[in-house]
Amino acid sequence: MFDFSIVTKWFHSLLCGVMPEWTAIGIECLIVLLFIIVLYAILAIVLIYMERKVCAFFQCRIGPNRVGKWGLLQVFADVLKMLTKEIIKMRQSDRLLHDMAPYFVLAASFLTFACIPWNKGLEILDFNVGAFFFIAVSGIGVVGILLAGWASHSKYPIIGAMRSGAQLISYELSIGMTMLTVIMLCGTMQLSEIVQQQADYGWNIVRGHVPAVLAFIIYLIAGNAECNRGPFDLPEAESELTAGYHTEYSGMGFGFFYLAEYLNLFICSAMAATIFLGGWAPLMIPGLDGFNAVMAYIPGFVWFFAKAFFVVFLLMWIRWTFPRLRIDQLLSLEWKYLLPISMFNIILMALVVCLGLTL
Amino acid sequence: MTLDIRTIAPSELHEEMLRLKTERQMDFLVNLVGMDWGEEGLGVIYMLESTRTGETATLKTVTADRENPFIPTVSDLWQIANIYEREVYDFFGIKFLNHPDMRRIFLREDWVGYPLRKDDKTEEENPLRMTDEPLADTTHEYFLKEDGSVGVKENTVWGKDEYVVNVGPQHPSTHGVLHMRASLDGEIVKKVGLVLGYIHRGVEKISESMTYPQLLAMTDRLDYFSAMQNRHALCMCIEKAMGLEVSERVQYIRTIMDELQRIASHLIYYACMTMDTGALTAFFYTFREREQLMKIFEDNFGGRLIMNYNTIGGVMYDILPSFVKEVKEFEKALRNRFKEYQDIYTNNVIAKGRMVGVGTISNEDAISLGLTGPVGRASGWKNDVRKRHPYAMYDKVDFTEIVRNEGDTNARHWNRMDEMLESLNIIDQLIDNIPAGEFQAKRKPIIKLPEGCFYQAVEASRGELGVFIESKGDKTPYRVHYRSSSLPLANAMDTASRGQKFADLIAIGASMDFVIPDIDR
Repeated sequence: MFDFSIVTKWFHSLLCGVMPEWTAIGIECLIVLLFIIVLYAILAIVLIYMERKVCAFFQCRIGPNRVGKWGLLQVFADVLKMLTKEIIKMRQSDRLLHDMAPYFVLAASFLTFACIPWNKGLEILDFNVGAFFFIAVSGIGVVGILLAGWASHSKYPIIGAMRSGAQLISYELSIGMTMLTVIMLCGTMQLSEIVQQQADYGWNIVRGHVPAVLAFIIYLIAGNAECNRGPFDLPEAESELTAGYHTEYSGMGFGFFYLAEYLNLFICSAMAATIFLGGWAPLMIPGLDGFNAVMAYIPGFVWFFAKAFFVVFLLMWIRWTFPRLRIDQLLSLEWKYLLPISMFNIILMALVVCLGLTL
Repeated sequence: MTLDIRTIAPSELHEEMLRLKTERQMDFLVNLVGMDWGEEGLGVIYMLESTRTGETATLKTVTADRENPFIPTVSDLWQIANIYEREVYDFFGIKFLNHPDMRRIFLREDWVGYPLRKDDKTEEENPLRMTDEPLADTTHEYFLKEDGSVGVKENTVWGKDEYVVNVGPQHPSTHGVLHMRASLDGEIVKKVGLVLGYIHRGVEKISESMTYPQLLAMTDRLDYFSAMQNRHALCMCIEKAMGLEVSERVQYIRTIMDELQRIASHLIYYACMTMDTGALTAFFYTFREREQLMKIFEDNFGGRLIMNYNTIGGVMYDILPSFVKEVKEFEKALRNRFKEYQDIYTNNVIAKGRMVGVGTISNEDAISLGLTGPVGRASGWKNDVRKRHPYAMYDKVDFTEIVRNEGDTNARHWNRMDEMLESLNIIDQLIDNIPAGEFQAKRKPIIKLPEGCFYQAVEASRGELGVFIESKGDKTPYRVHYRSSSLPLANAMDTASRGQKFADLIAIGASMDFVIPDIDR
């Protein structure tokens, strides 16, 4: 597997040769920032297009097919439309908080986005409490959503924001618990190390068998809820709350929420791929050496994206199949079922690890 | 076949109504029609029916005072009278004594005059207003003081501390411009109130200046998902009054079309129900089958939503030779897809959680609220007009009336699902034996109805749709009133939603399946 740190180290030493180290690091930070923003934008476009097509095929429709070949330019047209829309300023709203709220959501999304290991040696934020950091920064998004609802000074957004607050805080527990299960299996919180172990010893979902599969399923459910996607899209349940917390936003203010929603979907899927499905580690089947050699030729980031988009597809499948839950059902699902099961699962995983029953 | 109407003085009305309700078990107030008889005064016609014995009674009461007409309320006997009487107050200015909520319901609160009175100067007194519509939180009640004079007291509808959320008039899941005001306690609905009339077109007023064949254009625009049945009702009412017999072929065609229309309507219901509970994919599935049905309609008479099919004495066009084959194909397709609908939505565990035990309406409430159609039948009330007062071919075909006793959203949902299959059964029995004959009976070009009152009801997709015509022997009717099937359903939202979650309010609304132009008329 090609190690990208060779490239990054070479680039660092190249810059250090012509300038002091602090300038070199500054320039590298700028390049990384550019990389994140560009990747963020590209992924958003891909995801929105994918969602439209996937949902169209589920619904016996064709989906966008007018703007460009196969409707490929549809998303660009939409972005253009959104950018040129008037931003409506409401008399009653708290202007400062109202304008700030989308950036909180976006910031949380960017920070979690930076945690993902794309390839061997291609990590942006990677330190020994990576998983912990990931959970911590993803919590910032709740603040943005609550602020959006509160500052709008309108009834639908505030109900949406309150629902969202209750939902995100509840389901974060399950996310934390399932990640903890994996951390127990790997013995580290560093995300790159978790993936490296999977490359060496096999994917976590196989290595941890029963508790890992259980954790994976719970993670998918909770992750779906964290992304505010159906069947957990109550905060923005359009049939009762029109658009929930972002009802009063127009133009790019709404655009940022929209963008963050889709990227959160990707981040959630990418994290599932990272901690359960081996991240950039290729598919290796013991005994089939020829097959394994071919698989190892496929670059790591291809593996990573393939796995992430597989999970994205799973989540879209769920979204476009199930009806929406009600708020009390949603909370009882978390507090009465998922949380107790994931707590039990941690104990199970502890036993599996202690007794050396891992595969 | 005019209605047999008994006249009662307003002072004795309440007592007599109470007697009819308790002694003769007239527990279903079918219709309540406001009337302006000019010189004779203003009045109300009540149509009652007993759900136990099937007996019917029609009463009228008249007050000669046009300035301050007072009639005692019957809203304490039948819950549905509450909204009917508000409608009469709105259009005729008749004030109902002891009615707890004498607000206008369809018109703006600052409207001047009462438009359905014959002497009302509607356009002169009501220029286009450039101000926002006022929405009062209080109402008034008229009551009889001990000395015989009338007093007014103020009642509060929405308290100052209540968190009132406006659902509509522009809202994705009110299926039109319905405006509900819901008082919330957190997520729990405490009370629901209706503000109606956003698309009121005054169909009943317009009808008074139209000839009978012209009237037909109105009915398709009431409940557009029951266009066939609505027009069937009006045509039957006029035919009955004229004494015109229609051929058996027409009866067959009308019955088949009514049932096809019912299936189309229930397919739409399924789509709306799934969308309102967030299952967007299932929404599109029924549209696929409905499209097939719409194609049959379109081929045969060119209409998809506004059908324009029934005429007085027949139907507009004969059916095409391919009609029978196409209907059979559709039937096969629908039966095949039926399981798919239940797999993707109805049997889903989340959908069940959203429907079972939600929005329960008791049998007594259903009758008192006049909830006909699949909604009333979900509460164990056998109210199918096709069985109660058979018309067209319904007494000759064999079909079961779908009744459930739970009274919740799930029962209402399943009632409609089963009704689709039952409609297919009815079509099955008729489609192969359509007799030859005329598709349009011969009639005079100018139609005049004999003097009297006429009423004809059909089982529309959403329940009993009745047409009431009072004729003075002219070529235009003196008064036309439609017994809306959706108005009682919308009115029942308050009863069904109290204490439920806010999200359930939407699901209950979807399960009621009201159509707004039918409420507003």
